Amino acid sequence: MAKQGLKRQQNRMAVILLAPALVTILLFTTIPAFTTLSYAFFHWTGFQRGSFAGFENFSRLLHFPFRDQFLTALRHNLLVFAGIFIIQTTLGIFLAYGLFKIKRGQRFHRTIAFFPVIFSLVIVGYTWQIILNPFFGPINFFLHSIHLDSLALTWLGDTKTALPTLVFINLWRWVGFPTIIFLAGLNAISTDYVEAARIDGASEGQIFRKILFPLLAPSMTIVTILTFIGAFEWFDLPYVLGGSSGGPAGATDTLALMFYRLSFGSVDSIANQIGIGSALGVVIFLIVGLGATFGAKWLRGREVEA
Amino acid sequence: MIRLIGSKVFWRGILIFNAVSVLLPVFFLINSSLRSSVDFAKNPMALARHPYWQNFSQVWQNGDFANFLKNSLIITLGSLVVILAFGVGAGFVLGRYQFRGQNLILGFILTAMLIPAKLMILPLFIQLKWMHLLDSHFGLILVYASGSLPAAIFILSGFFRALPADLDNAARIDGASEGQMIRKVLIPLVKPGLAIVTIYAAIPIWNDFFLPLVFLQTPAKKTIMQGLTIFFGEYGSQWGVLFAGLMIASLPLIALYLVLSEQFIKGLTAGAVKG
Repeated sequence: MAKQGLKRQQNRMAVILLAPALVTILLFTTIPAFTTLSYAFFHWTGFQRGSFAGFENFSRLLHFPFRDQFLTALRHNLLVFAGIFIIQTTLGIFLAYGLFKIKRGQRFHRTIAFFPVIFSLVIVGYTWQIILNPFFGPINFFLHSIHLDSLALTWLGDTKTALPTLVFINLWRWVGFPTIIFLAGLNAISTDYVEAARIDGASEGQIFRKILFPLLAPSMTIVTILTFIGAFEWFDLPYVLGGSSGGPAGATDTLALMFYRLSFGSVDSIANQIGIGSALGVVIFLIVGLGATFGAKWLRGREVEA
Repeated sequence: MIRLIGSKVFWRGILIFNAVSVLLPVFFLINSSLRSSVDFAKNPMALARHPYWQNFSQVWQNGDFANFLKNSLIITLGSLVVILAFGVGAGFVLGRYQFRGQNLILGFILTAMLIPAKLMILPLFIQLKWMHLLDSHFGLILVYASGSLPAAIFILSGFFRALPADLDNAARIDGASEGQMIRKVLIPLVKPGLAIVTIYAAIPIWNDFFLPLVFLQTPAKKTIMQGLTIFFGEYGSQWGVLFAGLMIASLPLIALYLVLSEQFIKGLTAGAVKG
């Protein structure tokens, strides 16, 4: 009898405690996620929904005037992913291995390496905008003072250098994150393997290549997937530094920026295009979702048990 | 060369180089915020020998800035209250009770965790407008709460699950109700989990740019990150003032990080570590 009373009390408790969280998630995440799919299949005038459109919004994305923007933005996202992935992952492993090797001062260097991750991209973006300012920024000031005037470029103002510069700023802000993930991965590897290899006469380089690096695969999976998702939803930094049209002259345009312009209008065209915007949203979601799912499957497949 | 790469001196050198590259821009920011704009324009690299505090008072006298900070604080703290209150409740139930349909609920939460907030911004916009929650701090708080809750519930249910089962029975035998047991016995024991969730949720909300950009239209309601973009438009080339503005906007987090760096690292990487 007492047990039944407890069970009843627990059931009531479970409902009372679960409901607020589940209702909030349902209302502000699950339902909008499903409606976003339906939006892509309708005609829209402003925020007013019109007739059923089938796949028309998707096909308009691939025709004039959206096609060029779409392909350019997609190419930028791919370049950004490749750039961030190659540079950031390599540097992250490099720094993590350094932290792993030293014992004295590890905590200090770990704290410093992670430091920029806490900053808002708005603050990071504006700070670097001034640092890279062609006339008043310290970088070009320094380059001029040592007579390397040809290297003092208009970093963010030139269509050729703007995107790589943004990738560099992103790197400064974010490299501490993979570093910490890789360091956690290195720390999780049993020291027995390393000891055994060392007794067998393996060099530090061999130990890294043959033992540590392969056993880092789970960390590599996490970092790769997160980089992929981040690169295809890249918005804040290009928006802060290049505006909603990805300036200069669209050189830093991304899919997320294009999605924003189509959804809420821009300086060039005040009228928004919710149907096409939603179609683009679905495309981004498919790229991120499918890419992350199959990527994770493939990457997990090559992980070895530690 | 190979011996060099194997040596600790080499790696220490690399880490010191990294520390300098991280700290130099931050030092530049602090240093420049203490120099007058005229002085900065002459030489961007000189040291602030005589701190020029007027930059900060000028930022502060621009009443908007204090207001932006207040808005950010309300939104971040408000979201945290909702996330912690709802997250602890749901985390407790999923971590310590066994009931039918539990896996269904876990699946529902896991799915919500995979949906990127940016892509459902349009329906959310229209829905919030319809609910009269557009251009409102409360509406934004609910959206943030919904975004952070799935991961918060997962983290907290893990912490609740790890506590010994006898704890509940002991409390029940002593005559505690379920509510008392949660408040007096279990919550104090999952404090490390609460710290992780707090940082995991609060930092991205404080730093967020996108959702306030879309959902808040009245200038007086905007957050500090929004405010900075307005501020940069207003103060064009008054470098000293701009730097002071950036400093004020980043100081709260820098101060907290100096004290709680371990918790920051744990909290911000919590979403990435396999559960």
